[in-house]
Amino acid sequence: MIYSLLIAPFAEFDFMRRALVGVLALGLGAGPVGVLMMLRRMSLAGDAMAHAILPGAAVGFLAAGLNLFAMTIGGLVAGFAVALGAGAVARATQMKEDAALAAFYLVSLALGVLLVSLRGSNVDLLHVLFGTVLALDDATLLLITAISSFTLVVLAVLWRPLVLESVDPGFLRSVSRAGAPTHLAFLALVVLNLVGGFHALGTLLAVGMMMLPAASARFWTRELTVMVGCSVLIACASGVIGLLVSYHWGVPSGPAIILVAGGAYALSVLFGPVGGLLPRLAPRRHLEA
Amino acid sequence: MGNVLAFRDLTLGYDRHPAVHHLDGVVPEGALLAVCGPNGAGKSTLLKGIVGILPALAGRIECRVPEREVAYLPQAAEIDRTFPIEVFDLVSTGLWRRTGLFGGIGKADRARVEAAIAAVGLEGFEARPIGTLSGGQMQRTLFARLLLQDARLILLDEPFTALDAGTTADLIALIERWNGEGRTVLAVLHDMELVRDHFPQTLLLARETVGWGETREVLTPANLIEARRMCEAWDDGAPACAPGSPVAERAA
Repeated sequence: MIYSLLIAPFAEFDFMRRALVGVLALGLGAGPVGVLMMLRRMSLAGDAMAHAILPGAAVGFLAAGLNLFAMTIGGLVAGFAVALGAGAVARATQMKEDAALAAFYLVSLALGVLLVSLRGSNVDLLHVLFGTVLALDDATLLLITAISSFTLVVLAVLWRPLVLESVDPGFLRSVSRAGAPTHLAFLALVVLNLVGGFHALGTLLAVGMMMLPAASARFWTRELTVMVGCSVLIACASGVIGLLVSYHWGVPSGPAIILVAGGAYALSVLFGPVGGLLPRLAPRRHLEA
Repeated sequence: MGNVLAFRDLTLGYDRHPAVHHLDGVVPEGALLAVCGPNGAGKSTLLKGIVGILPALAGRIECRVPEREVAYLPQAAEIDRTFPIEVFDLVSTGLWRRTGLFGGIGKADRARVEAAIAAVGLEGFEARPIGTLSGGQMQRTLFARLLLQDARLILLDEPFTALDAGTTADLIALIERWNGEGRTVLAVLHDMELVRDHFPQTLLLARETVGWGETREVLTPANLIEARRMCEAWDDGAPACAPGSPVAERAA
């Protein structure tokens, strides 16, 4: 029973095994990135970035069809252009980063729609929008795992300035010039992970793998390292459970994965010991002074 | 001992409007200098100029201390108090000069961090998230970090705002200890009593220098009234400051 429910789908079908590796790799990379995004108050920046990547991927798709290389390059170029452009404007002028990002991604999105319509073809962009986690080929799987490994290495190296730039940017500025490059490197990681995610989940849902587990983890711990671990765990678990749900009920896998993550978020909001709803509604007796 | 800082006809400001206007003077090594003046007198602006956050509109600042030996505590530190980090970790960032971006924190370093936390009276708070600290405890934490920075020039922007007498006294003792070790301390302060009691030198600023020297000679009632008078509102229609025209005339 448990075997047929949990193990058999992966044991019997090659595409499910590939999907499993894909979502686990995505969770490993997106978990920590999402926590840092949330703590840096950039939760919505990920969404903006996903919109910015969409036109790039679409243009790659128009130029070369369902070609991993073309779509990846397109997404990366559009994502980096928007991230670096917005980051540069925010650092060089009085404009805050969120406003700059909004301006850049809207332009990118409009440009993408324009380019697609110029081609005059009514292309099926569902693949770009919602991904195909059940059809990951070797090359895509390699790309996703490479991006996750690279992400973890870069995070390990840049952890100290990344954390310090989030807690006390003024202090980091006063002791080091690493602040701006670190921030740009982090934005690049976000773009990379979104591009990795869109092959499996589509550009828009890829953000879900990043932000929902991070937002859930916030409710379970006050410790940063534990939070990152929680986030990775929730992301990977959502991936696995989402795949199983999709398999047993025959629903699209991308949305299933994100909905499971959404369920984890709802549970965390309700029962999370750190500022969750229930612990607040039923407070325990206060402590001795 | 030479000078740590020299201001040469320095003008700092925002959108061409000067907040510090034609400042001249030197700060000798080992000085304990209070920077006083009404709101809008350019005190914080001056500190930002020294650490290089704000480029000079005219003139220059000569800082003889290497940048990494300058410690700066801004008025409203941009600290995200909701970030999940513990007191120990935040204080240990004061070791940056030694560890840099990638250096490890060894046993000796951990002992130094613990000693710094003890020196500001926060033993037992090491594992507390910074979000649970009171205002005074947070300021003590930041002073512990300053301790570890081991800087030759320490710039404090209103370090005692909203602190009670006990906390202020503890932190003043730290400042005096730094000064005793030969470090130069510049502190922007509003409490004139405190300045008279603990700071031998004062710069009274009202965009321009009103007085700079021995505290009791600078903080006279006449000078304080003069400073308030000179610190009038931001003048949107101010003409460009002509080079060479006497400063006093424009101020009047």
